[in-house]
Amino acid sequence: MRAAVEARERTKVPPEAKRATVTAERRALVALVGNPNTGKTTLFNALTGERARVGNYPGVTVERRVGRLRLRPGRDAPALAREIDVLDLPGTYSLSARSAEEQIALAGVLGLSGHPAPDLAVVVVDAGQLLRNLYLVLQLCELEVPLVVALNMIDEVAGGEPDVASLAEWLGAPVVATNARDGVGIEALRRAVAEALVAPHAPAPAFSVPYAAALRRDVEALRPFVLPLLSAAQPPASARATPAARDRGVPDVESDSRVQSPVSPAELGAQAGSEAAPVGRAGALALWALGSVDRDDELVDIDPTLRARALELQARAHADGRDVDAEIIATRYELLDAEVPRLFARTAEPGAAEQPTDARSAARAQTEKEDATTATGDAAPPARRRSLPLLGARQAPPPASEKRRALTDRIDRVVLHPVVGFVVFVALMLLMFQALFSWSAPLVSLIEDAFGWLGAQTRAALPAGFVSDLLVQGVIGGVGNVLVFLPQIILLFLFISVLEDSGYMARAAYLMDRVMRALGLHGRAFVPMLSGCACAVPAILATRTMERQRDRLLTMLVVPLMTCSARLPVYTLLIAALFPAGAVLGFLPVQGLLMVAMYLFSTLVALGAAAVLRRTVVKGESVPLLLELPPYRLPTARSVVRQVKERALVFLKEAGTVILACTVALWVLLSYPKPATPEPVGPPEAVAAWQAERLEHSIAGRLGKGIEPAIAPLGFDWKIGVGLVGAFAAREVFVSTMGVVYGVGGDDEEVEPLREKIKADVRPDGQPKYTPLVGLSLMVFFALACQCMSTLAVVRRETKTWKWPAFLFAYTGVLAYVASLLVYQLGRLFGLAG
Amino acid sequence: MTLAEATRKVPVIVRRVGGERAFRRRLMELGLVPGTEVVVEKVAPLGDPLELSLRGCRLSIRRAEAGAVDVEPIRACDDAADELLLAAE
Repeated sequence: MRAAVEARERTKVPPEAKRATVTAERRALVALVGNPNTGKTTLFNALTGERARVGNYPGVTVERRVGRLRLRPGRDAPALAREIDVLDLPGTYSLSARSAEEQIALAGVLGLSGHPAPDLAVVVVDAGQLLRNLYLVLQLCELEVPLVVALNMIDEVAGGEPDVASLAEWLGAPVVATNARDGVGIEALRRAVAEALVAPHAPAPAFSVPYAAALRRDVEALRPFVLPLLSAAQPPASARATPAARDRGVPDVESDSRVQSPVSPAELGAQAGSEAAPVGRAGALALWALGSVDRDDELVDIDPTLRARALELQARAHADGRDVDAEIIATRYELLDAEVPRLFARTAEPGAAEQPTDARSAARAQTEKEDATTATGDAAPPARRRSLPLLGARQAPPPASEKRRALTDRIDRVVLHPVVGFVVFVALMLLMFQALFSWSAPLVSLIEDAFGWLGAQTRAALPAGFVSDLLVQGVIGGVGNVLVFLPQIILLFLFISVLEDSGYMARAAYLMDRVMRALGLHGRAFVPMLSGCACAVPAILATRTMERQRDRLLTMLVVPLMTCSARLPVYTLLIAALFPAGAVLGFLPVQGLLMVAMYLFSTLVALGAAAVLRRTVVKGESVPLLLELPPYRLPTARSVVRQVKERALVFLKEAGTVILACTVALWVLLSYPKPATPEPVGPPEAVAAWQAERLEHSIAGRLGKGIEPAIAPLGFDWKIGVGLVGAFAAREVFVSTMGVVYGVGGDDEEVEPLREKIKADVRPDGQPKYTPLVGLSLMVFFALACQCMSTLAVVRRETKTWKWPAFLFAYTGVLAYVASLLVYQLGRLFGLAG
Repeated sequence: MTLAEATRKVPVIVRRVGGERAFRRRLMELGLVPGTEVVVEKVAPLGDPLELSLRGCRLSIRRAEAGAVDVEPIRACDDAADELLLAAE
């Protein structure tokens, strides 16, 4: 009881303290938390105007988006003129965690493990899934995180919305009804955030979770061990910036208790042992540790003593026949099941949705009105908590959400139909593939032509020499190499965003789970794998539709094995030059069969590699499927455009620079040192011959000759070696590099002369140099080796380390070498002409 | 009876949630706690996974994990008792 009163007291902040915080020029940080599929990101964009800085959380490769919310002085809150950083935390159903990735939610709201502590959390709640969403809110309340609740997607429950005022009163925190998609309630939310930031304080909920006595004893036993964690937590940015309030001795009860002492007044109540008192901040963290720490968890920054103690308590509880996880979770749900229906009881007042409800005044009013029976938040299950026959049995759903559900069910009857469902899936995937493969082609050639033209203009404008060469071949060529990926990235992300936002992607994963599981891949790995048949670069960017780093990594490591379109010119050249145009069995064209065989081969190797890597390099237990199938929603153009734009920019900024640098480096390798004779002006044959000489003379040429002994067992000579070096820029460059080597010019449109040259090339003993066996060996090498700097650059961007691209390069290289060696040597063994 | 054996479209009540710890914790956190009513709405065309409906939301889990969730049918007498309770109020 005392605790509850004190908790209430804390909410009354003296005016001096208020002023002190307001004048702080320090930018405050607001964290956005919420379940997945609650429109959190839409709300983030509505608040911040869609300009997010994209980075990573410390230690894990989970994308971190920070935007800036501008508060208007005078309008949003009097005397408050500043910008606020808004952090979009990953969507989560709960703060409990078993991996470092899942731990971000807790660390992000409390400021642990190097995360900056937010001054305030805006928790986004799906109004149509209120009860389940309140589970997370309840955890945040227990942790005494200053809150503003955004009751989002309020439009979807029209006619059956929860009462905003009751909810605010119950949670002891401001609640604003919003519909982020249509921008409804955003102004009110902005105001509520501004007001809450004036003096952030922990929520003062009217409830406390009635944990059983045994569990409370566990919490008390663990409490001392979580205290260091809390005192290590960073104080919120704005609190750091306003020591003035404390220096002046202003009794800023709230921020003092939060910042300086890990023990909150609620804690004192809990320590006094009152049975249904809130567990307090440290108690909530103790509960978190009890429910999250595990013998084989992958949490970070957990103190060994805390870990040992938590495990010990779990073991003891287990020996007593108790189930700690179920105790924690079921007690919370019992409370929610008993209390939440009440929040629907009153009908919402007209216009309430637009008004932020001030929880403090609501709570105060309530305290005045009623006396200390149920309203003080003395949680004992109130009298109205009759034993509900069924937990989670819903009350009559609001008509709007009922309609949506019915529509979703109708769509699902088609989309998840045993036959029609797969037809729809295959059709969508074919469409996506067609777009990547064919529709992007004109855009790609447009970009190539534009850069070709730009190069020619530059060359004409500048005197011939190093600067001109560097600009044209290094820089302009490099930028072209980067931009050339954009059409495919844009098209792929257009598809992915529409499929994700509509809710179809979850259905696709549901449909394909059986197949993908058999292959050892995540259900959502299908899209990246298929995209990999067009190009590995957008495909690797697409892996982020999977939540877990392990699934993403596994997919990234095998996608480059799929037959991308850049391999096709190489295959085409080799097949056309070295294999007969005849037919097998009278009707199957040899050349066509070979092409199909290459596709089949690479797909099988990719799946095999996935199976091996899953058991070795990216080991770890596979996490069971748990998929929410959200109701279908019409994707908004705005959201789709934003996602595409964001992905494209991230690619340009982070992978683009690496690709550009590699292009310049490769240009140096292929051009220097120059031969003594200057480039002849005259017949193209002379120029081509000079170019061939230059290439042979260059570092790459020497490299090709240097590695000749190593690649000779594969059937390759130094010229192919040079081609392989050149192909690192992009596989199809192999064709033009070979063109230069053979002195027929680097025009990759005109492969006829190159084909003839290749056919005609002979070894010193007069035998043809290129036999079908050499061609096969070379194609196998191309199928397997990840000799593509752009792919490696994107893998680096997505994993944030050079370790994984290095591993990818090495393992595919070894695989390619061994496979080609086997093909060539076994082929010769069986009497084929080497 | 386990959730994997439950008849499609027939509501059942969760008795116990078993299985790997982190997963069962997540399931319970999504509202699948003992006492909750749950319906197996659909089975994916290839026989796995299942689509569940609980607390007004749709979730999908595989048969293997559903096999670790003990459920029991809602008996007719329960319904009768409910009605009596409601009438008494």
